Amino acid sequence: MPLDPSFIGRTYPPTEPYEVGREKIREFAVAIGDANRAYTDLDAAKALGHPDVIAPPTFPFVITYSAAAQVVNDPELGLDFSRVVHGDQKFSYTRPVRAGDRLAVTVSIEAIKSLAGNDVLTVRGEVHDVSGEHVVTSFMTLVARAADEAGE
Amino acid sequence: MAISFDEVAVGTELPAQSFPVTRATLVRYAGASGDFNPIHWNEKFALEVGLPDVIAHGMFTMAEAVRVVTDWVGDPGAVVEYGVRFTRPVPVPNDEAGAMIEVTGKVGAVLEDRKVRVDLVVTTGGQKVLGMSRAVVQLA
Repeated sequence: MPLDPSFIGRTYPPTEPYEVGREKIREFAVAIGDANRAYTDLDAAKALGHPDVIAPPTFPFVITYSAAAQVVNDPELGLDFSRVVHGDQKFSYTRPVRAGDRLAVTVSIEAIKSLAGNDVLTVRGEVHDVSGEHVVTSFMTLVARAADEAGE
Repeated sequence: MAISFDEVAVGTELPAQSFPVTRATLVRYAGASGDFNPIHWNEKFALEVGLPDVIAHGMFTMAEAVRVVTDWVGDPGAVVEYGVRFTRPVPVPNDEAGAMIEVTGKVGAVLEDRKVRVDLVVTTGGQKVLGMSRAVVQLA
């Protein structure tokens, strides 16, 4: 069954805040092999005008991906995750994520399209600090391949 | 030193970089990111689902590609928008060398408020692995 476009706009409750730690940022920066000192050296980050060390640009996905489980596991939507691949990813930043942030994600369904029999689902994740400040918005597009006609 | 908007134009090339990725890299990234999908570390599983080999996390490749931009501009916080399309996986063989992600970038557009759009070309083994790979950067 193709996904129902009437789910576009469905919004899920904000996630419990994720507290961004300096050592988590360091671990992530080491994992991507990125030695930029803004990620690990408080003085270097401050020299660039940041109040604390900042996280690499793709770090917010760690938070938005787990938040998107609300959509992926929504029984009413009925996405078959075994057929899903990550098609596109985009971030739009108001400011970089930084250590000390307590970030909640509000997930919504941005778009549902059908392309060549595949379902294309865009999940929007609005990331705010608990103070209410917008930090980043993630747009994650998932492609659910059509079921094999012969197999099923 | 920060890059000044006045120094760049459409076509300005950023220093190209190559990023190696081995199986150990993927295990480390899985742990740091929390993405433990077995296609990124279990060869038997990857082959069973029709992949050519264990493949790199798309988000790992996305993280490497933007380093060409953040190393150029200095302050990673200058990136105001970044998006990619995952068009082809990066197979990572089980050997010392692994795979190499090659990234080039150039200024594709000059925008208002001293921003530019950088267009990235990301390949492995001569084949493009990301499409529409673009970052908007605030320059000094």
